[in-house]
Amino acid sequence: MKNLQDCSEALEKVYEQYATTHDIAEDSEGSIALTERRRLESIYAASQWQLIWRKFVRNRVALVGGIVIAMYYLAVLFAQFIAPYSLTERFGKYIYLPPQRVHFLHDGKFRPYVYDINLEIDEDLRKIYTPDLEKVIPIKFFVHGEPYKLLGLLETDIHLFGSDDGIVSILGTDRQGRDMFSRILFGSQISLTIGLVGVLLSLTFGSVLGVVSGYYGGRVDNLIQRSIELVRSFPAIPLWMALSAAVPPHWPPLRTYFVVTLILSVIGWTWLARQLRGKVLSLRNEDYVLAAKLAGASDFRIIFRHLIPATFSHIIVVSTLAMPAMILAETALSFLGLGLRPPITSWGVLLREVQNFQSIALYPWVFTPALAIAIAILAFNFLGDGLRDASDPYTV
Amino acid sequence: MIAYIARRIVGMIPTIIIVSILTFIIIQLPPGDFFTTLQAEIAESGGGQDKETVKVMEERYGLDKPLTVQYFRWVSGFPRGDFGWSLEWNSPVLPIVLQRISYTVLVGGLSLIFMLIVAVPIGIYSATHQYSVGDHALSLIGFLGLCLPGFLLGLLWMYFGIVVLRVDVGGTLSLQYQHAPWTTAKILDYLNHLWPPVIILGLASTAQLQRIMRGNLLDELRQQYIVTARAKGLSERKVVNKYGVRVAVNPLISVMAMEVPKIISESTIVGIVLSVPTTGPLLLRALTSQDMYLAGTFLLFMSLLLMFSNLLADIALAWIDPRIVYT
Repeated sequence: MKNLQDCSEALEKVYEQYATTHDIAEDSEGSIALTERRRLESIYAASQWQLIWRKFVRNRVALVGGIVIAMYYLAVLFAQFIAPYSLTERFGKYIYLPPQRVHFLHDGKFRPYVYDINLEIDEDLRKIYTPDLEKVIPIKFFVHGEPYKLLGLLETDIHLFGSDDGIVSILGTDRQGRDMFSRILFGSQISLTIGLVGVLLSLTFGSVLGVVSGYYGGRVDNLIQRSIELVRSFPAIPLWMALSAAVPPHWPPLRTYFVVTLILSVIGWTWLARQLRGKVLSLRNEDYVLAAKLAGASDFRIIFRHLIPATFSHIIVVSTLAMPAMILAETALSFLGLGLRPPITSWGVLLREVQNFQSIALYPWVFTPALAIAIAILAFNFLGDGLRDASDPYTV
Repeated sequence: MIAYIARRIVGMIPTIIIVSILTFIIIQLPPGDFFTTLQAEIAESGGGQDKETVKVMEERYGLDKPLTVQYFRWVSGFPRGDFGWSLEWNSPVLPIVLQRISYTVLVGGLSLIFMLIVAVPIGIYSATHQYSVGDHALSLIGFLGLCLPGFLLGLLWMYFGIVVLRVDVGGTLSLQYQHAPWTTAKILDYLNHLWPPVIILGLASTAQLQRIMRGNLLDELRQQYIVTARAKGLSERKVVNKYGVRVAVNPLISVMAMEVPKIISESTIVGIVLSVPTTGPLLLRALTSQDMYLAGTFLLFMSLLLMFSNLLADIALAWIDPRIVYT
């Protein structure tokens, strides 16, 4: 009972202090209004993560970034379901088909449809597509199509949308008549996970080495710092290029995927390690580390039980901000033909298929993967910036 | 100061040695070696490279000997300026690399100047008009520049050039000037192809610099000496330009130094996208055709460039800011 009283007294003091520093009008009896009281109480009682969350959701831009990223990863998970066609399904008749315009209302009701396509060939033997205003292709939802395994478990052939009697291609088709929208979705499965796996790998090396470096100092620190400097004395992209040129083209896709991720992490870890070392250097002299030491905790326990959790919010921020760089590096390498190669389809591989800039002029929709990349990069940066501000909820 | 520079250069030697070893290992990684590629090439081109060359090369670089011997043969040529032989160009590696490196230095240096010229005034404006519409707009543009790297910007620029301007904006010269003698028109055309890579390379760093300049100047403008200057009745322009900016500009040197590795690294891929002769396009070809001495020397020289630019930045900082003491 005594304890509870102490608590409420402490709380009262906080209120008063808050009221004086923040110019909150006190009412005639000199006490703070009830709503304000509740608000302060909830701030006082909230855990650090709750505070971080509250500060984060107040930041609109970061919230939008977060939602966009969440949508991207949902698309990664359910790509086979959302994509109307498979990665390789070819419509030989519709090569370089421009995006079809989707009309949502039919006879005043929500019945999305596209028009069928009339195909003409002009004197330069180029295909000219015009919408056939006579024939309507209704877009149906949950249609049966190519069979696949949902999330790798559930066998099904239901796709989010599609049509039985004609092609529905909302982003057009490429030079082999493959649906761009479906291909971008499948590309996101590679591009967005390679960023994630790459960051996780760098994080594992980087956080352990960074924390060890900051915690022990001395010779270990020196050794780790020198090796970071050594890696850093190579320019990043040329080093990535040289390393991924060594990946034999005949390797199976899965192995190539992991080796490319590993190559990206070769440089990624140095940045994370530097960041965390600085953080740990400042935490090392905190009282709770000393207390743990005096209680007889092993270094291993102090590092994994106290220091890494204490840097956790920092780790999240740093790795969110590292994601765009990873995704872009993969895209750039695949674009150059050095990273992933077909049949693996990433955004970079899709951009490489654009091949020359003349085809961009004629068929600008084959360039849409670049847009998908740009949006993802921006969203990650917005999210990371917001998280960085929120990760320190005690400053205003 | 001279002693400090000397010490730094001596201190770089072990790093350079390790970098050269790592470079050598990396270029040895691809399956199949230089020699077999060369032989395959001879078979393919029907004797484009004669057997005699192969024999000479084999002896000179010890290609049939173990890797350590090969490494030492390669390195021992360095003092003589012999960095190996490019099989694709059938010439020594060094002049090819130097030519490309110098173009990289030209473009990179110009983009450093570009970012200084653009970022500082924007930073000053943003700081003196904090939270104004202009400040927000410039910050937003800066943020976009920071997020979209040279690779994407280059692609977008090529796209824009073809779709809107209807010309091929890549390369160093337009088609009609490629073999023409140097006239004013050709020089103008050259410059007209020079600025896009410069700006694309500089844009991300400009945004970074602009953010830091804004922050620095805002910090300085809150200092007491600024209050004193205002109290003395100095004009606002003098207070900002002669007091605040002078101090706020100093740390930019180290920020710029941190941007240099990024510029060197990005210049490869921007060069490839815009097809301008930075190190990028040739490095890519050397890597894919396993022209290993060329690839290795490129990698080595780019690392050297990076190390020396860091050294230069440290020296510049010491020169500008006398408070920094070097030991």
